[in-house]
Amino acid sequence: MKAINVLMVGVGGQGVILASDAMAEIGMAAGYDVKKTDSLGMAQRGGSVVSNMRWGKKIFSPMIKKGEVDFLVSFEEVEAARWAAYLRPGGVAIVADVMVMPISAMSGAFPYPGWEEIKTALTSITDQVYLIPAMRIGQEVGNPKALNIVMMGALSTFLDLDSEIWLEDIRKKVPPKFLDSSFQAFLKGIEATKSMK
Amino acid sequence: MRKLLSGNEAIALGAYHAGVGFATAYPGTPSTEILQTMAPMEGIYTEWSVNEKVALEVGMGAAYGGVRTLVIMKHVGLNVAADPFFALATTGTNAGIVVVSCDDPGEHSSQGEQDNRHFAKFAKVPMLEPTDSQEAYELMDWAYKISKEFDTPVLFRSTTRISHCKCVVDVTRDRPADLPKPGYLRSSAKYVMVPSNARVRRISMEERIARLRDYVEKFPLNKMIINDTRLGIISSGIGYQYAREVFKNASFLKLVTTYPVPEKLIRSFAAKVDKVIVIEELDPHLEEEVRLLGIPVEGKSFIPIIGELNPEIVEAGAIRAGVLPAPTQTSSTVIPTVKIPPRRPQLCAGCPHVGPEFVLRKMGFDSKIKPSPTPREMTKKEIVVTSDIGCYTLGVYEPLGALDTCACMGASIGQATGLEKAGIPNKIVSVLGDSTFMHSGITGLVDMVYKQSNGTVIILDNSTTAMTGHQGHAGTGISINGTRGPKVNLEKLVEGIGIKDVNVVSAYDLKAFESTLKRCLENNEPSVIIARGPCVLNEKIKWTPFEVDIDNCVDCRDCLDVGCPAICIWNEQVQIDASVCVGCGVCAQVCPQGAIVEKKS
Repeated sequence: MKAINVLMVGVGGQGVILASDAMAEIGMAAGYDVKKTDSLGMAQRGGSVVSNMRWGKKIFSPMIKKGEVDFLVSFEEVEAARWAAYLRPGGVAIVADVMVMPISAMSGAFPYPGWEEIKTALTSITDQVYLIPAMRIGQEVGNPKALNIVMMGALSTFLDLDSEIWLEDIRKKVPPKFLDSSFQAFLKGIEATKSMK
Repeated sequence: MRKLLSGNEAIALGAYHAGVGFATAYPGTPSTEILQTMAPMEGIYTEWSVNEKVALEVGMGAAYGGVRTLVIMKHVGLNVAADPFFALATTGTNAGIVVVSCDDPGEHSSQGEQDNRHFAKFAKVPMLEPTDSQEAYELMDWAYKISKEFDTPVLFRSTTRISHCKCVVDVTRDRPADLPKPGYLRSSAKYVMVPSNARVRRISMEERIARLRDYVEKFPLNKMIINDTRLGIISSGIGYQYAREVFKNASFLKLVTTYPVPEKLIRSFAAKVDKVIVIEELDPHLEEEVRLLGIPVEGKSFIPIIGELNPEIVEAGAIRAGVLPAPTQTSSTVIPTVKIPPRRPQLCAGCPHVGPEFVLRKMGFDSKIKPSPTPREMTKKEIVVTSDIGCYTLGVYEPLGALDTCACMGASIGQATGLEKAGIPNKIVSVLGDSTFMHSGITGLVDMVYKQSNGTVIILDNSTTAMTGHQGHAGTGISINGTRGPKVNLEKLVEGIGIKDVNVVSAYDLKAFESTLKRCLENNEPSVIIARGPCVLNEKIKWTPFEVDIDNCVDCRDCLDVGCPAICIWNEQVQIDASVCVGCGVCAQVCPQGAIVEKKS
């Protein structure tokens, strides 16, 4: 049984927590011991969100140690840089091409780094860096809220689990009228990631 | 049945399966979800209380009435409820009562950090602490057994990482079918705490703790794990999980009964190992208990007393203390050199608090003086803005930067009265929300009338308890189940207290708010301004978004002073993100050029 540590990060309102909840349920359904914990203090007010999610035979700490994250799944570019140090050397960084500018950057007090700069930082830890065209996929499926499902699709390509387990979880969570676009978002997330491998 | 449950969900389900019939709380992170999980459960009365003190008093009444009761609050809530908590510890109850305190180490969403384990020792009541959701579920049943058997409230202490961590829980019990019928057992000796009765109860409290000391020795959820006996770790709560993660081979004594502690068990563990250390978050509670037994012990000499722990912190401390070997190779993790902009929480686009706070900054703070963390003298015309606990506290951050104080629920009004009566030369206003006013602001306002204060109180009425996730309160009449009942009328309440100068303005009308505030400040009597506008998140409001008319924009960037997340600079030009903009129009009122206009469809 393969234990994994996933760090999902982003900004309040992006659906990070829903995605990590789903991951935890999928892990439990697959027979793992599971723990997950979110830091969301005032996330709904635009703060950073970070969710630690672990699958394994027996999990003690819900918090993942720095340098031990197998998969850093970032829903926003700058947040990937913020949490990069948690990634294990050779781990996988999956980053949505989404930019949410914080007020501190808008006033010009802090520069908002570009993707190339962020990528350089990530590649100093691992050569497995995937920038997911989440904005385009959101438009294509006509549902920008499906960002978290795109990212789950991307992550699923690295995990040896039956795709039906994932689709079943989406079916349980998503309201019927968004089901079709959600399935599409999931599949397009897989497609985009596979094309980069 | 296996379920994935957060600590809070497990506490709720555990209480339900323990036969709880009455649950009350005031919302507060990280405790809020417990009552919300219980609300839809059948056969149980749940309610949002007006504050934690009232919640505990109502809970006391329910338990006096023979119904198993749960009272839930965050750590600072127990400060508010301390008076009835101590009283309850003295009287005991007819049925079981458990008080849940969810502490917030690291202050994720709190004005202060405190270790509420002190309250157990202080009030002489037993305390239980789970190390994960499974234990939270199981311990709740034990909590009610102890409460009933020892005629005592039980303090059930959780922390952010226990409450908000989801784990796999084996749900083994069900709700008991036959619960005792409500009924009050009349006993003035037990429930009327005049000195003659209280002295008798005082003796029984000491007898109770003595009996509990014996009881916890055989408590089945305390657990000794003997591995390598060179190091023995005593631990509780989330600290136990981190310790298990970091020390792979050590011996452990996991304690869930953290007051009183099982002395014989601790002694027998200490006798089995060469060295004893304690790993616990916040204060050295267990460490001091162990030291009192005369056992050499270390803990806070290398584990921080401040903030949350995590495996890295525990490991680093253990290496410093020499109880773990230093890593043979230095970590190869490269810290990236990217400069990352901080992402602080901020008021939402369209938030009704923004307009009034923008005006307070303009009127109350000298624009020539740069904001700085260093204390400074105020200029004559500046206004002191005492504030309170709620979303609007985020107005302390730039660019709004409109607040001077934030201490505890309701403090804004008392602080203003104190500043005024102390004789400071500046005008003073206090700012608080509708839910906070109901919680603890009313008595402060009564005092203002009584003291013949000249102060002005601004109640930012967004008709919900927004910060904790939109709970109803007395001023909305909305119950935890969403039903609507009678509401306390804010204007009439304020008038009834004796305020003659009562004003209601739209939170989005900057001119009206400013002129009302100016008039109130000149008035030689206490005044109240109710700035009303619903929470846009709660009501899911989306009016017509605004846009920047680029031809008229002179790039003065005054609109950035609003601090709205919908306004951004893109390609050197101020723009409004129509998908984020709610259409409140505050920025349009701020723009000196009239260059912000409603978006044409």
